[in-house]
Amino acid sequence: MAEVAAVVKPKPRPIIRIGLFLISYSFLVSIICCVAGVLALLLLPVLAKNTYISENALMPGSASPMLSSADASDGHMFLNKIMSQNSISINTGIEIPEMIGKHIIESGGEVNYHQFQPISDNFHPLQFFLGPDVGIVQENYSCTSYGINTVGIVRAPRGDGKEAIVIVTPYNSVKTTTSEALSLGVAYSVFSLLSRVSWLAKDIIWLAADSRHGEHAAVAAWLRDYYALSRADLEKSLDMCGPSSVLGLELTSVKTNGESNGFRRAGTMAAALVIKVADSSTGFEKDGLKIYAEASNGQMPNLDLINIVNYLAVHGQGLQVRVEKIWSLLDSWWLYSLGELQELLGKVAKSLNPGWKFGIPASDYVEGCATLANSLYNQALGVPTGPHGAFRDFQVDSITLEFSPRFSSSQRVLFLLHVGRLVEGVIRSVNNLLEKFHQSFFLYLLTSPSRFVSVGIYMIAFALLIAPLPLVAAALFSDASKSKSGKDEASLEPSQPGESIPTFTTWNWIRTAKTVLMVHLWGAIVTIIPYFLCRFPNSSPIASLLMWIASSLVWLFFICAASGSLSFSRASQLQIREWTLLKAVTVTAAFIGLCLMSVINYATAQIGALLLVPMCLMAVPLRIDLTAKTTKALLRGACNILLGFVGFPPTAFIMLKGALDSSDRIRLDDFWNWTESLRAWNSATYIYICMVHLPCWVLCIRILLHRR
Amino acid sequence: MSRLKSCLLIFLALFSATESINVEVLNEEFTEALLLRPLPDRKVLAHFHFRSSAPPSERCGRHHHIFPKSIYQLVHKFQVREMELSFTQGRWNYERWGGFDPISSSNAKPPGVELWAEFDVPQDQVDYSWKNLTHALSGLFCASINFLEHSSSYSAPQWSFGSASGKLRYGTLPREAVCTENLTPWLKLLPCRDKAGLSLLMDRPSIYRGYYHSQRLHLKSDEFGASEMSTGMVLEQTLTVVLRPDTFSGQALQPSWSLSSLIGRSVSRKCSLSSSSNVYVQFEQNLVFEGDKLKEDGEASENAIPVGDGLEDNPLFELSLPPKRVIKELGNSQKAGSILHEFSVEDSNEFKPFDLELNWKLPVAWSCPQAPLQASRFLLGSGNERGAIAISMKSTKSNNVERTSSFDENECWLRVGIFQIVPWYVKVYYHTLKLFLDGEPQSSMENIEKIIVSPSEDKVSTGVMEMILRLPCSVNTAALTLEFDKGFLHIDEYPPDANQGFDIPSAVIHFADFVANMSFYDDSLKQVPILSKLQEEVPVVSYTEVLLVPLTTPDFSMPYNVITITCTVFALYFGSLLNALRRRVGEEERFLSGKGARKAGPLTLMISKLSAKLRGKPWESPKQSESGRSSSKYKLLAKVVLVAGVAAAWQFYFQ
Repeated sequence: MAEVAAVVKPKPRPIIRIGLFLISYSFLVSIICCVAGVLALLLLPVLAKNTYISENALMPGSASPMLSSADASDGHMFLNKIMSQNSISINTGIEIPEMIGKHIIESGGEVNYHQFQPISDNFHPLQFFLGPDVGIVQENYSCTSYGINTVGIVRAPRGDGKEAIVIVTPYNSVKTTTSEALSLGVAYSVFSLLSRVSWLAKDIIWLAADSRHGEHAAVAAWLRDYYALSRADLEKSLDMCGPSSVLGLELTSVKTNGESNGFRRAGTMAAALVIKVADSSTGFEKDGLKIYAEASNGQMPNLDLINIVNYLAVHGQGLQVRVEKIWSLLDSWWLYSLGELQELLGKVAKSLNPGWKFGIPASDYVEGCATLANSLYNQALGVPTGPHGAFRDFQVDSITLEFSPRFSSSQRVLFLLHVGRLVEGVIRSVNNLLEKFHQSFFLYLLTSPSRFVSVGIYMIAFALLIAPLPLVAAALFSDASKSKSGKDEASLEPSQPGESIPTFTTWNWIRTAKTVLMVHLWGAIVTIIPYFLCRFPNSSPIASLLMWIASSLVWLFFICAASGSLSFSRASQLQIREWTLLKAVTVTAAFIGLCLMSVINYATAQIGALLLVPMCLMAVPLRIDLTAKTTKALLRGACNILLGFVGFPPTAFIMLKGALDSSDRIRLDDFWNWTESLRAWNSATYIYICMVHLPCWVLCIRILLHRR
Repeated sequence: MSRLKSCLLIFLALFSATESINVEVLNEEFTEALLLRPLPDRKVLAHFHFRSSAPPSERCGRHHHIFPKSIYQLVHKFQVREMELSFTQGRWNYERWGGFDPISSSNAKPPGVELWAEFDVPQDQVDYSWKNLTHALSGLFCASINFLEHSSSYSAPQWSFGSASGKLRYGTLPREAVCTENLTPWLKLLPCRDKAGLSLLMDRPSIYRGYYHSQRLHLKSDEFGASEMSTGMVLEQTLTVVLRPDTFSGQALQPSWSLSSLIGRSVSRKCSLSSSSNVYVQFEQNLVFEGDKLKEDGEASENAIPVGDGLEDNPLFELSLPPKRVIKELGNSQKAGSILHEFSVEDSNEFKPFDLELNWKLPVAWSCPQAPLQASRFLLGSGNERGAIAISMKSTKSNNVERTSSFDENECWLRVGIFQIVPWYVKVYYHTLKLFLDGEPQSSMENIEKIIVSPSEDKVSTGVMEMILRLPCSVNTAALTLEFDKGFLHIDEYPPDANQGFDIPSAVIHFADFVANMSFYDDSLKQVPILSKLQEEVPVVSYTEVLLVPLTTPDFSMPYNVITITCTVFALYFGSLLNALRRRVGEEERFLSGKGARKAGPLTLMISKLSAKLRGKPWESPKQSESGRSSSKYKLLAKVVLVAGVAAAWQFYFQ
């Protein structure tokens, strides 16, 4: 008489009852949640909202642009000078900085040259949390390779000098291309205008970054010196390479104008704009503008900055604004049919109630998906998409604007005028800003330049994906403890969920937890191994990769032997359902890892969850499937093998690359290069892969290979 | 009786009248002057100088004709011995506009409001007087000077500002916006306001269009000291503006300007109450030197007839009016001193306004005299947790160092005083003070001659650091770093626009061994206040930049969210707590077992009874309750389906 017993027993609290209910139906719940999570992710382009300018003080476009065609032709003359300078055969890389400096002084700004060396890449995964060190930049300099950044500063006439706006134009001082010269021309015309205007409240810094060692390196070196007591502050003369060095010569030419050569600063940076001009011209009838915003570890600048650029570019200058997208997704049939499906649903809903407005045209949907996927991918990678990434490391909002002119050579003045006015408008807008950017979103994904998905919406997909993990863990745990207590045939009926919680605790799970912990420890060791591998010079990527894998395996066996767990030989002596406990703890570890990662970098966690969650949920020893010999079991086994294959980081990487790039050749050593770039950029994704994903994958494989 | 009284009154009135006349005859005086100086970067400095003085009231009574009454009351109420208040917009460019002359030393001020005052009251009443003074000034000048009232916004420097009496208080408001509403009350203190005299030139748009604007009020009184030696009260009002002439000229040539083109107005009459109103045009030492060099070159090449040193033969520029006199500064061995051309506006009238013109003839470049070290201050580090303040000083290699230190090379020291106030929410660790000379960290404190540090106390007082560094004269760069932690404020302590960040007021760098003064050949020039001011020995002072420290700021819309979340948490907590307290397990079980009988609602009970009757079976309650529950479930489902169907039908029907 189960009914009578249920009636007599005091009922647990509703919240607990719901929990028990969910746990007992965890299989169904996890399927529903996972499917809903993937669906929610696919629906994000539909749920995207139009951007709006949140900070009222910005007032973009409220003032008419002051940049005249005379300024633009000045910029064009400057451009021609650079090009003529460039055509001179011998170029040591100081002529152009010198010329830029001369022009800055002529237009009334202050100038200084910043000599730097590219920063040696050292891995600081926790720099993301701690921030750069306070103090003095101390390092050894050699005179062989360095770059010279030219920094021009316009002091705001009546400003108090507390804040500054930065314009960055990366160019190669040894060999300047036409497009780089164009970006310098834009910056010069804007700079010379700003040195005359009276409305400035913030200082303007123009950083002509010498990109011969990479754009990011130059900007990062300047920023590092800006925020530290650099050598230029401490030593009066910079000719550390002897009086015959190029900078010494340069100094003399600048000194005549009464300018000293110390490191000049101008207060806290409010925003930074990186101006670039693309080499290829657009095929469209308008000049194009491409916005890059992703900085390291998926950090984004404030959405308002993108908004004002987009607003001014579209409404002010009539540029065609785009955000980078994954082109291969644009002509994928399944995405298009999905788009058509949601369009159809939207139409049906609209026919039911005209007030229901969802559903966007299928082509828009596909485009939004491609943009979203790229946004997600770039954020997940944690590698900045341009020199603006260096600014975000110092909490400065910045974006890269890449213009692509309509014509290759003619009508440059018109191009300079348009782009200059856009830059001027953005600067004027930021100049209006009283506070720093804080009003709009920092956590968002772009689906087009004017549409975004905010954190409140995109978290749903992730939350749905990881929601089943704790449930499944609890279900497995209760299952395992029940089987321990001898009730092997205990039913999972929902009518008596109170039974499923054992009254006594078996501490058996501690052992499995130790196993899981050991595997995660091994993950930490795997993280560090590449450092020692990097010590060997001249090793090919493939060799390094193989050595990495081999040493990881050695460490794995060593750790297993040391801890005495995970040994495949001794598993038989123990309980039959040990794997359930192991799976429960693995799922819990995956849950914790994903949650932690979602705080650091949402996009990584999202993509990781797409791989990790099905793998962890499906994992069942292959032996069970083989002995069961039902179609369902065999299918499950096949799925498990597939997921186990896909879940291995190198294969996942290669498959993703193959799917996205559609390039001809994919080699294994790409993976090594990829992880190396992640390390070099201090990406948290690397840590995630090695310390969360890889151990969970190993544990899943362990479950698959479990002996019954 | 009444007649006697009226007689007495008349007598008293007469007496006081004669006395006041005497006072005026004695020395209640007002003078005005304007000093113009071309600056190397194609700009022009205009420095207005107004001075009113009143004799001590003990001897001459309390009624004044010229001296502003509000200031007199201020002095007497709060026993102010000396006070200086400045409103500044923009930054003084020490690099281009110089930092070693009397005008830049005393008129280059930090942005915003700066106030210091010394009182003549017992030590324990100083803070009280300061608070009242800030309020009074706040009302007088339409500025939020009253924010300096709180002890966490002002400080008591020991020796950095003049006297070391301990009765001096100093405070700045870096964020104060300066505007005409501050200028108008300042002008009201002048006897002619801006109706006549040089203050006519103060055309608001052109003044505020300038690159630097600083209005200053300096008050000195020795009313409360020894009465015999007392000179009364002296009020000095100066307005320093840096303007850029709009006139266009060639690339190399300095722009020529006239008073009317520079400021947009001209003087038509002098203030009749002022005893002197002059306009001076100053040409700096280096400019004069360049001019002389050019002249010599010209003479050498052209063999021109040497003419006497008049104005007309100056090869660089010409002035439209002949000067009343030309005053030369005593130069040093290499160079002659700067030259002042004096003009009087007394003979101008409505029809012939005073308008001075300066025309450049040849392109010339020169540089202003620099302070021995050029200081700049900046923040190190980023993030919301910690940072460091760095003050970097670079030698300007000006010859002033060699000039004043006539000792031999080993004994040559450069003494640099630094005065730095830090608000309490920037928690400076003074033990982290590091000094670098030419890039070498100095381990010991041997370069610090004297230092006083008073650490800040949270929400009570600011942190103050006063120090005197002793640097070798040959030093190229000196840098000073201080690390700090960023503190947290209470939510209601945040100022408006808190997301902008918080200001650290300018540090004051003073060079104790150097005095910026001009010395003239003629001693009689001390009669003219502005010239005597220029001759006064003022220490060379420069201010560093104001720093903006971004602190963690809460999301100010957050309180709403916090309230809702907190309320939810509280409700859940108290709900479950009450539930646990209220619940008696034994009784509940009994209740539940008893409840089995009376579970079903009246409707289901009726239906079950009915069905029992229909089936002709005796009615049993527990089973009935089960079936009743299930039937009610179905009913609910049916109801939901019905409502949904009706809604859908409604929708379709009305489309």
